Amino acid sequence: MSTSKPSMPSSRAVVATQALGVAAITTVAATVWLGLVVTPPDEFMGNLVRLLYVHPPMAWVAFLAYGVSALASLLYLWPRTRAEHFDRLAGASAEVGVVFTGLTLVSGSIWGRPTWGAWWVWDPLLTTTALLFVLYLGYLAVRRVPGEFQARARRSAIVALVAFVDVPIVYLSVEWWRSLHQAPTVLNPTTHKTYVHGSMAWTLLLGFVAFTLVYIWLVAHRYRLAELQDLEDTAGLEMALAERRSEGMA
Amino acid sequence: MLRDAVLVAGKDLRIEMRSRVGLNQVGPFAIAVLLLFGLALGPDRRELAPASAGLFWVAVLLSTILAVQRSYAIESADAARDGLRLSGLDPAGIFLGKAGAVAAQLLVLEAALTVGVALLYGTHLSGAVVLVAACAVGTVGLSAVGTLYGVVASGLRTRETLLPLLFLPVVAPVLLAATKAWDAAIAGTPGRADSWLDVLVVFAVLYLAIGTVAFGPLLEDE
Repeated sequence: MSTSKPSMPSSRAVVATQALGVAAITTVAATVWLGLVVTPPDEFMGNLVRLLYVHPPMAWVAFLAYGVSALASLLYLWPRTRAEHFDRLAGASAEVGVVFTGLTLVSGSIWGRPTWGAWWVWDPLLTTTALLFVLYLGYLAVRRVPGEFQARARRSAIVALVAFVDVPIVYLSVEWWRSLHQAPTVLNPTTHKTYVHGSMAWTLLLGFVAFTLVYIWLVAHRYRLAELQDLEDTAGLEMALAERRSEGMA
Repeated sequence: MLRDAVLVAGKDLRIEMRSRVGLNQVGPFAIAVLLLFGLALGPDRRELAPASAGLFWVAVLLSTILAVQRSYAIESADAARDGLRLSGLDPAGIFLGKAGAVAAQLLVLEAALTVGVALLYGTHLSGAVVLVAACAVGTVGLSAVGTLYGVVASGLRTRETLLPLLFLPVVAPVLLAATKAWDAAIAGTPGRADSWLDVLVVFAVLYLAIGTVAFGPLLEDE
């Protein structure tokens, strides 16, 4: 178990994070410009197609975040690779993942209302994403329970893995549930392909790059914040001890 | 490991036999849930009967939370948890034992609920083999997840609210698969329940395995 104390980040790390931030904001701005100004409205979907430049990238970031969180949790549980930074990474990544899952659900819903005529349909992907949202809210609740660092980290890592293992079972069972009773709904990967051409494809690609950069940037900051919180906890305890001691001396 | 499991399950069930909390509280709670579903969906049996499989399993899910909370409440009194930890019993055995005791109580409850569904909702039950199989396998999965999350939540100050939040989304596949298996049996087409029973088996085996491995470190935490 490494008990490395969090320290101030090196100047190189600060510059790297700032460069990442600039790159993230620039690519997001470029996606907005391409998505809203340059690309034409779609033949069938009209201006609604513009939501598709952000919605799939958001969903991708959400799933990426949960994947990273599960991997970091596994590395924390594995005795040989156990280190505090894996716990912080798992927490930071899951938190960003929950935000993007929420954004995915909202943007999908806004797209679904005019396209499908309903804010919500019981599609396997949608249902799985909604359950993921609640699953990981539970995970974040476990992380927020105060307690000793190692106990909390181990508990959180196990909850993260239990949740992650559940995802394919949820998806498969919901898919069977739907396919046995109703015709497959509109959201199917091939329909995207038929709509996306030229400048639209580039905008979507840029959207993926932009949101991935935003993800890395947010996780880096959230990770750093978790480090500082832990530092504050230890420093606060030491300060309280010193105060008690000086009271005793007086 | 199995001997330890039998010991722990025997202990939990003996406490239950003497305290009768499950009989006096969890059972009536489940019946109250069935009655409330009836009120919510109206007195029309044509509406109630088709929904009865789903309502039955939601009632089971909610009762599982109570059964798991009870299972850990008995460990929190008189530092019983420390005794359990110091007993030298295999943690995997403790997990299987506690999950087994919860499953045994749930199976009794499910038998009572089945009668309740048939009487209150006027559901014509058929395909007994599938109904029993879904109950047996589904209950193992529910007890495994419940016991695993029970030890995560127990000892924490927010355990009452944390356990349902963690437990319910994870067991969504059990609700879905068990309901569909029951639907198929009630509709007189038990053959269509096969793939749903497979889902229940995979779920139960997976979470029994995870619980067996993860229970030890979690029990040590507090």
